[in-house]
Amino acid sequence: MSLEPITFWGLAALLLASALAVVLTKNLFHSVLYLALSLTATAGIFLSLDAEFLAAVQLLLYAGGVVTIVVFAIVVTERLVGDRITQTSRQLVNGFVVAGALLVAVLIFIRSGPLPAARPGVTGDLTAAIGLMLLTRYVLPFELLAVLFVAALLGAIYFARPDE
Amino acid sequence: MGLQAYLTLAAVLFAIGLFGVVTRRNAIGILLGIELMLNAVNINLVAFARFWGDTAGMIFTLFTISITVAEVALGLALVILIFRVKRTVIADHLDILRG
Repeated sequence: MSLEPITFWGLAALLLASALAVVLTKNLFHSVLYLALSLTATAGIFLSLDAEFLAAVQLLLYAGGVVTIVVFAIVVTERLVGDRITQTSRQLVNGFVVAGALLVAVLIFIRSGPLPAARPGVTGDLTAAIGLMLLTRYVLPFELLAVLFVAALLGAIYFARPDE
Repeated sequence: MGLQAYLTLAAVLFAIGLFGVVTRRNAIGILLGIELMLNAVNINLVAFARFWGDTAGMIFTLFTISITVAEVALGLALVILIFRVKRTVIADHLDILRG
């Protein structure tokens, strides 16, 4: 037995367990920490798909950036210890039915189509290929992304401005 | 592992995220659920890109990751703004737009 299925199932189990903990745990701060774990496990899945650059981006932007921002938001809106940080869930049955129905529908759809079981071999450096395509064929969306970031930055500053 | 295994993993992750979005009452908790759903989409994109040998899917993943980060920053800025006005982040208590 090769090492690849073990890696995949281990990462998948870690990812799904931490994702379940994100949506089920009572403490909001613990939720964010489990989210960091599941984002790191996703980076591992990317690695198992030979996407090293995306795994690095995932770790830097998600597990580094997003988690930090969310922790800041929790510090501002709740106390880190005490009763207020506990969060309750509502409509557990409804949520389970909706999510379960969607899952079953998607799984049936996945099983119906012919999907490749083996991946083609890696040809050349994927990171170099991504960089080349980003600055040739996809250069316009890439520039638009910069515009989006400026807009998001201005919006966040506008929202967070002190009261007059 | 075949493509089907990756797609199934992403589908389960998406369902867990949807469950979180539907059941959480705290606005920050809802945002965390959205994060999980977007992660499932990213796994799908990378898996398709890898199994079809087309780098475009990885470019799309790069874009979705960047846009998600901007979305989270803005969403949390909104949450903090709402907290300053209403002193709560429980989604059920927010009825500013009620006529």
